[in-house]
Amino acid sequence: MAENARIRITDAGRGRSRSMSPQRWGALIGGSALAIYGITRRSPLGIALAASGGSLALLAANRKPSPESAASAAILVSCTPQEVYRFWRDFENLPRFMNRLESVSKLDDRRWRWVALGPAGKSIRWDTEISNERENEHIAWHSLPDSDIQVDGSVDFRSAPADRGTLIEVHIEYSPSLGTGKLANFLNKGANFIIRQDLRRLEAMMEAGEIPTIEGQSHGRRDFLTGVMRVADPTQPIRPSSKMTETFAARRRMA
Amino acid sequence: MKAVCYMGVEKMSVETVPDPTILNPRDAIVKISSTCICGSDLHLYNGFVPTMEQGDIMGHEFMGEVVEVGAGLKPDKLKVGDRVVVPFTIACGNCFFCKKQLWSLCNNSNPNYWIAEELMGYSPSGLFGYTHMLGGYAGGQAQYARVPFADVGPIKVPDGIPDEKAVFLSDIYPTGYFGAVMADIEPGDTVAIWGCGPVAQFSIRSCFTMGAERVIAIDRFDYRLRMAQAGGAEIINYEEVDDVVQTLKDMTGNIGPDRCIDAVGMEAHDHGIMYMMDRAKQMARLEMDRPIALRQAIQACRKGGTVSVPGVYTGFDDNIPMGAFMNKGLTMKAGQTHMMRYMKPLLETIEKGEFDPSFVISHRVPIDRAPEMYKIFRDKKENCTKVVLDPWADGARAA
Repeated sequence: MAENARIRITDAGRGRSRSMSPQRWGALIGGSALAIYGITRRSPLGIALAASGGSLALLAANRKPSPESAASAAILVSCTPQEVYRFWRDFENLPRFMNRLESVSKLDDRRWRWVALGPAGKSIRWDTEISNERENEHIAWHSLPDSDIQVDGSVDFRSAPADRGTLIEVHIEYSPSLGTGKLANFLNKGANFIIRQDLRRLEAMMEAGEIPTIEGQSHGRRDFLTGVMRVADPTQPIRPSSKMTETFAARRRMA
Repeated sequence: MKAVCYMGVEKMSVETVPDPTILNPRDAIVKISSTCICGSDLHLYNGFVPTMEQGDIMGHEFMGEVVEVGAGLKPDKLKVGDRVVVPFTIACGNCFFCKKQLWSLCNNSNPNYWIAEELMGYSPSGLFGYTHMLGGYAGGQAQYARVPFADVGPIKVPDGIPDEKAVFLSDIYPTGYFGAVMADIEPGDTVAIWGCGPVAQFSIRSCFTMGAERVIAIDRFDYRLRMAQAGGAEIINYEEVDDVVQTLKDMTGNIGPDRCIDAVGMEAHDHGIMYMMDRAKQMARLEMDRPIALRQAIQACRKGGTVSVPGVYTGFDDNIPMGAFMNKGLTMKAGQTHMMRYMKPLLETIEKGEFDPSFVISHRVPIDRAPEMYKIFRDKKENCTKVVLDPWADGARAA
């Protein structure tokens, strides 16, 4: 039975196959359903459901590289290009505002090891090397072979007019989404959302010195609906190694 | 600690919850000495503002003593033992908006900015105890509160000024003043104000200090209209007239009030078919607000005049007379109050004895009575204008 439920997908890139667990399919299908339901709700809760459904489906569908999977976002931050370049160039800082990253550690000055929260309770690891950079302006990196997934990226820092700070533009090409056409488009929108939220947190860090939070604050008794809404918060990653019920319980405790 | 929690529509409850802790370096913890129920809290009580969650701690008007500070706060800004009033808007002090003194539009104080961005395009600042869309911060109808960015918002209050005079610096006194500021009053102007709640009472008095010649206040409760009259306003009880707009035209020789202030917001009352339709649509969640006061303000305003909107709206509203607004060349200004602009100068008016905002208080009760006070305030029973809660008084019935 279990074997029948597994669907094998050929990985053209390496000529070996990967299986997709029932949980992963469940997350993809459930996530998409949640997203569609959420979109039809047209309310903040609906938006929450839609976005989280979308990211759930995205996580489930993350596969091997394919050039059409790309996402980008831009943000204006009140600081100089030098400040934010220096912050970013030390990649170990990235998990401070990219909340799906567990860690980035230095292999040498140009190479970094990234570990991210993956679906179905697994961490995903990939190594990158800086492929191109201009001080205070531009950093580009690409992933090295033997990574779990491929994530190539670049970031540009430009002085904004009228002393309004620095315009930061991030572009990511990432592991393939499962679908093509409309589904891939939909999933890319989820990735855009995630990068945009990461950059909003970067903005708060650079400008305010801290990221606003209510996690851990006091509150009265929460009900079931609130638990659902917490799980549905698309800005929060689903932690690995946690079962859905644990995630649910943890989120319900949160502010 | 005790805290007034939202437990569902028209269900408030005083719960025992954990004391707040420092979560970010620029946080402070305030031991609350006085806290109030705001008219805008009634929109939450009635369930018309989305993204409230069961268990949310209410309240955004409070003051008290700093009992703990985060590592990121410098002692010259704020230290343990300071007696402070906390503004209801939360601002980082460093972003584009804060630098432009647009404090209530701070870009970095709302952890749930993405919900507001979906609904409004961009997110305003975080607020205390006012929905998750606007931050989800635990509010101040409690014994303690965590105050983020505590080096920006809280203002120190001299010991000589009692709580009942200072606590309204947290929201309604600056908000009433801001309503008048946004109206761009010129000397000799006639100002019409919809609503005679506490914010409107402060607006009425502020309009005169800004040079208004006449202020016309509109409400349906005699005790509130009398309070407006005491502040120098002429009054219209809209339940006693056929048409507020025509009455205002008659009172101004057909030119109309130069400035109109909507201090009512999303849950306006009226008589007639339009009101019934708005009410039905809002109940069915087909329309988020009942913009009756706003419609009348736009209709009544003289050509080239200004409509100021300190009243709270949340969403997408029907039948806004855009034709009148455009063709009459009106200006509209709106927003949550940029608190940090006005707290200090308004504190000075209290210090100098020029103004005493405590006249709006109708009820002083222990926090345990907060749930029933929400109902009394909502239903305008017991001539209720403003409820001040004492978080530390013993729960027994007292007044």
